[in-house]
Amino acid sequence: MKILVCIKQVPDMESKFRIDADNAWYSEDDLAWRMNEYDEYAVEQAVRLREQIGDSADLTVLTIGPDRVREMMKKALAMGCDRAFHVKDDVALRRDPFEIASLITAFAGDRGFDVIFTGMQSQDRGSAQVGVLLAEMLNIPVVTTVVNFSFADGVITVKRELEGGIKSVARMKTPALVTCQLGLNTPRYPTMPNIMKARKKEFITVNSVDLAKVDARLSTKKMYFPEKKGGLVLEGDAGKLAEQLLDILREKTMVLR
Amino acid sequence: MKALLVGEYRDGKILPSTYELVAFAQKIGAEAAMVMIGDTRTVPKFQGQLLLADAATYGEYNPDAHKKLVQEAVLRKNPDIVVLAHSSYGWDLAPRIANLLGAAQISEVIDYADGAFVVPVCNAKMRRNLKAKTAVTVVTLQAGAFGLAMEPEGTPDIEPLDIPDRVSSVELVSYEAAQKAAVDLSRADIIVSAGRGIGKKENVAMISELSEAIGGQLGASRPVVDSDWIDHSRQVGTTGQTVSPKLYIACGISGAIQHLAGMKKSEFIVAINTDRDAPISEVADVMVLADIKEFVPILIEKLKAVRRSL
Repeated sequence: MKILVCIKQVPDMESKFRIDADNAWYSEDDLAWRMNEYDEYAVEQAVRLREQIGDSADLTVLTIGPDRVREMMKKALAMGCDRAFHVKDDVALRRDPFEIASLITAFAGDRGFDVIFTGMQSQDRGSAQVGVLLAEMLNIPVVTTVVNFSFADGVITVKRELEGGIKSVARMKTPALVTCQLGLNTPRYPTMPNIMKARKKEFITVNSVDLAKVDARLSTKKMYFPEKKGGLVLEGDAGKLAEQLLDILREKTMVLR
Repeated sequence: MKALLVGEYRDGKILPSTYELVAFAQKIGAEAAMVMIGDTRTVPKFQGQLLLADAATYGEYNPDAHKKLVQEAVLRKNPDIVVLAHSSYGWDLAPRIANLLGAAQISEVIDYADGAFVVPVCNAKMRRNLKAKTAVTVVTLQAGAFGLAMEPEGTPDIEPLDIPDRVSSVELVSYEAAQKAAVDLSRADIIVSAGRGIGKKENVAMISELSEAIGGQLGASRPVVDSDWIDHSRQVGTTGQTVSPKLYIACGISGAIQHLAGMKKSEFIVAINTDRDAPISEVADVMVLADIKEFVPILIEKLKAVRRSL
């Protein structure tokens, strides 16, 4: 069984963001980077499937991005992926979902993956498009927002998370793709021996221009910070802050009366 | 502008998000038709054309057939934009439609300004105005971003919609009802919620003590529920409970869109956080910039003192 998991490196969402000079994206300087949270669940589920199948399984992890993604890819290898495929692209984060899905399709098109995992969305764009587009371009079934996954006899059974706590159960035959929701599993921490082992694993890098030439379908008119609502901001000594807050609650709410 | 709205139907009911699509079309002044895979007995209140396919024939979750039905509706109505809710139905279906139409998709639209669609970036810390380069644009709308000022009204002109191909590569097996919430947060006057910013599971006790000291219920954001720090029955947000208490205190909650959607109608919101730019600041009446571990115990002591003196 050939398994693929597609992951993305995103800024830590707690970062102090700045808008880039062209007003079309955030500045990628001086940010802390990590694996997209949804993708951690995707990697974990891919590794679990690989372990379930055993020696006949082969798990590739793919990403598109600049050189800084190597650290994240090493983590994915240490979690249990067999091989890393890095599509080197310095403007990857600015590419729209159609471009990204097209690039992955160019890679995956003739490699015959049986099961593909992606996160359901990225933390920075949150567009929730790439996984579905990829499956549609590859002409394989896809189910999104998966919170439970099982595989037996060529059939994938998943639970989808709907609204208000409702779930649905769906089934499809491989080859197929699932997009992973938070809480699907508990992503493992790489152990020291596995981090060492990962160093010896295959790590392939290709340039995106050598993979495919794709044109964007979206254009950015501007990027900016929203106007702040005029809420009160309190800071300073914790004791004084608590007094201030209680005064406000006394005045503005029914509490403490 | 001509819009085709893709209404939502599940388990014999029209989902309320359908009316957010109508509100959006009104707001941008689009001429709107609707397409829905539903049934003739349960039609949405809508003044205009409704292209209606039968859910019993095609299935409620059969994305292969649904995308082709929407494509057929697009051929008939020739819209500039195809509009869906950014929901489990919409985000699953929209990219399939976009791919079939060769159209660009813009996800989670919160506004339309100067001919561009406005979307949030990085957990709503930033905004981006986008335009499509393709003839047709598929858009999904953030839950709650658009609402009708009045009750929906009207009776649609129904136009039956059918396609020859009903094949599905995905089989919907069943629905699983929501677990009955052990705690009904929707009736609470005061809710004190814990987010990932409280640091570790052991600190839940401190937030719980704060909720007791102030006479409220303990709530939680999704990450702390996923980490098993607090039970799912206390989760606030689109996949948990929607609440509107008199006072909501968010402790260490950055304010993901899904959480904000579940609590932003609270009468008074206090956020205790170290990140001044956290998205929760957009809805907070008071933002306390402080370390939870230092601030909350002091607040509890002062609250207890106040209570004793009442």
